[in-house]
Formats: sequence, structure tokens, C-alpha cells
Amino acid sequence: MKNVTTPLSDEAIAELKTGDEVLLTGVIYTARDAAHRRIVEGIARGESPPLDLCGQIIYYVGPTPPRPGAVIGSAGPTTAYRMDPFTNQMLDLGIKAAIGKGGRSKEVRDSFVSHKAVYFGAIGGSGALLSGSITKVDIVAYEDLGPEAIRRLEVEDFPVIVVNDIYGNDLLEQGKAEWKIEITPPTNV
Amino acid sequence: MREIEVSTIRDIVIKLSQEANFNLPDDVLQALKRARSTEESPRAQKVLDLIVRNSEIAQEKQIALCQDTGTTVLFLEIGQDVHLVGGDLKEALTEGVKLGYKEGFLRNSIVSQPFSARINTGDNTPPIVHTEIVQGDQLKLTILPKGGGCENMSRLAILRPGEGKHGIIDFALRTIEESGGNPCPPLIVGIGVGGTAEHVMHLAKKSLLRKVGDHNPDPEVADLESELLERVNASGIGPQAWGGRSTALAVNIETYPTHITSLPVGVNLQCHSARLKSAII
Repeated sequence: MKNVTTPLSDEAIAELKTGDEVLLTGVIYTARDAAHRRIVEGIARGESPPLDLCGQIIYYVGPTPPRPGAVIGSAGPTTAYRMDPFTNQMLDLGIKAAIGKGGRSKEVRDSFVSHKAVYFGAIGGSGALLSGSITKVDIVAYEDLGPEAIRRLEVEDFPVIVVNDIYGNDLLEQGKAEWKIEITPPTNV
Repeated sequence: MREIEVSTIRDIVIKLSQEANFNLPDDVLQALKRARSTEESPRAQKVLDLIVRNSEIAQEKQIALCQDTGTTVLFLEIGQDVHLVGGDLKEALTEGVKLGYKEGFLRNSIVSQPFSARINTGDNTPPIVHTEIVQGDQLKLTILPKGGGCENMSRLAILRPGEGKHGIIDFALRTIEESGGNPCPPLIVGIGVGGTAEHVMHLAKKSLLRKVGDHNPDPEVADLESELLERVNASGIGPQAWGGRSTALAVNIETYPTHITSLPVGVNLQCHSARLKSAII
């Protein structure tokens, strides 16, 4: 288990290898489908993103509303491949990591490598558990998007795993290769 | 003839939408614990432990198991001797979802104008409603909050009849392989076989209403369920697709007679947060 504080330094990123379990502490920003689309469409019109993304970690999440007294509701990762069409541009803007669930396209994995950035996985469907590692929440942009607004989260020991490191490794490929069992092909008889 | 007030149905939707999102069904929880006990990958063991822990926290704090509290899919089995009174059924169901999601601090995940503006409706309505007329004077209401991650991995194939069982297995396995970690394995795999294009997808969804471990009563279909489960769990995909033996908790298949030209197959995957709750009125 590695303890890592944000923002991620290049040295810290170089230490991260696919399969490493990491506890993140510091600030991360939420953005998912609608926010990505808005950022990228804004850039196409010559506008600046609503926040400086350079060096930041983006968490693909749309939380449930907090109960009174809580800072956030359930807050687990959403499926990452939907952000693939926008990810290269986000990396160009300087993000150093993304947190989501599921795999990325080959093109996006290559883009993480060339930008010296990592893709972390968090456990999908564990939003109640993960909310316990979030200590402060502020909406910083696109409030009208509701659950899809961009939020600044302060996290403490937020558990993730390195899925794609800067050396081109992929946890999904490794996992399947290690655990696949060859069995007789199906027949119709 | 028995009269049921639609306001009674609305109140049940308010209650079930919250209960379903806070409490993992016991059969699913037990299946996860069984998977944990047989899992060989240390990483997968840890993931399964945390998924079980997540369900305990959700129940204890009465917060959503998963932030994706889903499209609200409602199944109504209405006895033919029931007379619904006191208003419009669809309105009562919609009102129930709206109030239940608000009271339970559940996420509003539904957008209108799906291919353009995509504006959040703000109350998770409208629900998807399936009604079926059955015998008797009771009404059974089931809520299935269906997450987008797994629903997006649904697939339909109209196979040629000659492709048979082999074709069904290949298509189901390919769907699961291509889905990888997106639908949040360990999965419950829902499969429909037969009928028509729209009916086979309905069968696939309906198969998810079964308890984990219950098989199709037809021994031939039950055998196919077992064979597919073994093959899915040999894939190595594992929990979250990070490698392991526990890719699926169950494979449920529902069948229906079909046309002489046709072999429709529908796949509807359910994530490990397989939320489901029923009530009988």
C-alpha cells in the first residue's frame, strides 16, 4: 500500500506501477460526461476551462446528495470509457491522473503514457464506502448540471489501484492473463 | 373484484425505492460471501471484502449502496380481478419515484431530450413501467433500480437457428468479455432466448428478478445456465475486471417459443449491486 498526496509529482507518478494499491490524500476534482463535454466544447469556441486543470486529478463521479450533516452522499466511480473521447484533451490541459472504473481504449492508454499520467481504478459500486474518505466538498463549476457539476473534493486515504501506469501496463490485461482458465469449447451436442 | 387505491401503490413505491437502494438483497449478499470464500486471487478477495463492507455501511447509514441509483424500472403483476381506483396509475408510480428519490437522498440520473440538450428531469422520473395481467386479485410490485454502467452493456443478437446453443454461449461470452469492468462484475447475467427482438430483451431483464441460485425449471435451460456460469468464471475477468475467478454470481436464462427463421438472444447484465425489492398488495 502506497500513501500518495496530491498534487502528484512526476517523481511520485514514476514510482506508481500497475497493480499498486494507493491511498490518496489531498484535493481531487470531479468531472464526468456532461462536464467533459462542456469543457471540450468551450475550448473549441476559444474559452478557457472553468478551473486550472494543470497537475490535477479528475475523479469520474456523480455523487448522491448528502444527508443532513454529511459532506457528500454515495460517491463511487463511474465507467471511464465514456470519457475516452475527451481524455486526450484533458491530458493536454495537464491532468496527471484520472479515477474511474473499467478499462480504457488503446488510444487513451497510449495518451496516458505519452503525457506521463496514470489511470486509477476505484471499486465500482462501493460509493457508500468511498464517501467515508471524502472530508470536504465544494461545487466549483457547472452547478446547473446537478450530480454532474464539477466539485472540489478533499480526500483522506482514498483507496485506488493503478490500472494504467506510465510504462504502458494495463491491469485488466494482466488480470485476465493471470486468471483465465482454458476449457473445452462449447458444442451443440 | 378487489379495489386498490393508486395512492397505496404510490406509497409503496416511495418506500421500496429507498429500501432497495440502501439494502442489498440477502441472496446477493450471501452469493458475494460465497464467491469470497472460493475466490483464489488475493486482489479479488480484497475487492469482494470491500463490496460486502460497502453493503454494511449503506445499511447502517441508510445511504445509497451505489451513487448510481439507476433508472427506476418497475414491474407490476396485476391480478385480473383487481380494479385500480382513485387516479391514474402511471401518475401514481411517477409520483412515488419522485418522492422516494427525494426522501432517500437518491441521485437524479434521468435526462430528457436524450440526443440533444440532455436536461436532468430533476426527480429521476419518468420510471420504466412493465405491466402484466395475471390471475387473482393481488398486485405485485417490484422495483429494480438499474445502473447505467451495466445497462449500457446490453446486447441483442438474432442468431440463425442452426447456431443453436453454441451460438448463444459465444454471444453471451463475447458480450461479457467486451464489457470488461464496465458493468461492475461480479455480475448477474440475464439472458433471454426466443420470442421476438423486443420480447427477448424483456425476457433478459425479467430474468434478473430471480433470486441468485434459483434455476430455470426446465432442466435443459438450467444446464445451459450452469455451463455458461462455469465458462464466464473461467474467463479470468474477475471482480472489477482486475483478474480473478468471480466474474459472475449467476446466469439466469428465460426462454420463449420463437419463429421458424429465428433464434433471438438478449443479454442484460446486472452489476454486483443487484438492487431489487418487491411488495405484494
